[in-house]
Amino acid sequence: MVGAGHDPPLRVYMQMYIQDLGLIDYQTAYAFQKATVQKVIEGGQATLILCEHAPVFTLGRIATEENFLVQRATLEAQGATVCRINRGGEVTFHGPGQLIAYPILNLNYFSKDLKLYMGKLEQVAVDLLQYFGIVAHRFSGRTGVFCGGRKIATIGIGVRRWVSFHGMAVNVSTDLGFFSMIKPCGLDVQMTSMSKELGRSVELKEVKEKFIEYFCLNFNLELHLRGVV
Amino acid sequence: MMVEVKLPELGEEIKTAIVSCVYAKVGDCLKEGDDIVELTTDKATFNVSATRTGVLKKILVKEGDEVLIGQTLAFIE
Repeated sequence: MVGAGHDPPLRVYMQMYIQDLGLIDYQTAYAFQKATVQKVIEGGQATLILCEHAPVFTLGRIATEENFLVQRATLEAQGATVCRINRGGEVTFHGPGQLIAYPILNLNYFSKDLKLYMGKLEQVAVDLLQYFGIVAHRFSGRTGVFCGGRKIATIGIGVRRWVSFHGMAVNVSTDLGFFSMIKPCGLDVQMTSMSKELGRSVELKEVKEKFIEYFCLNFNLELHLRGVV
Repeated sequence: MMVEVKLPELGEEIKTAIVSCVYAKVGDCLKEGDDIVELTTDKATFNVSATRTGVLKKILVKEGDEVLIGQTLAFIE
């Protein structure tokens, strides 16, 4: 387990723009990410894209079909689509009730260290969960955030010209049944959610506000503007 | 003049990466910043782009290759 607490601040207070896309299909959100990456490469402001996806299984660059435990037709019958994408990592599921965060940051202003960046994303989730009374932790050698042996947040990133895209998914009240159709991240790991851990319904809206707060804290960013779709 | 395109440092703990996509081919006219190859390391992908405008003369790697940090991936003239 990685020690508690925060890494030393890397840079003090840049401004960040929040773009909340609400419930959106994967491909539309990806097109938005790509356009935002280009803006940030050209000097635009750091942006945190937040959203929820319609049910989708995404396969990262190292994903293999063997990690699907059911036929494609079964997935589709449940209303889910399948996308192969250019993030790192294996197969995972995204769906309603899951907070998706796509930080589009120029890592030249933070740290040009991919593991350090992912570690800071994990710390945002650990802090967020702690606020809601859930004890969560990071493991060295295993990306993501865990409650005991159960995984509650997953990470997969892409970096182009040192600008980050893709990011992190936190299960708030996700239908965990979808994860039983795959080996999440290629592992025999049980997935969990905030609702399951707390034994009560948790609203995505309240989690989102706290996520923004802890994201700003961990990355030394100041909330600047919120976009409205 | 031939310019080398190398895999940059990706952080303290990362020593190697796997070539997961080759975007450009020999003979392509590249602008500075155009993607040449994508590398994967565990949960991250990283695009290596043209360090200057020119013609892609050589690509030394293919999909599936494991490359070391600092290794030359391509030449631009």
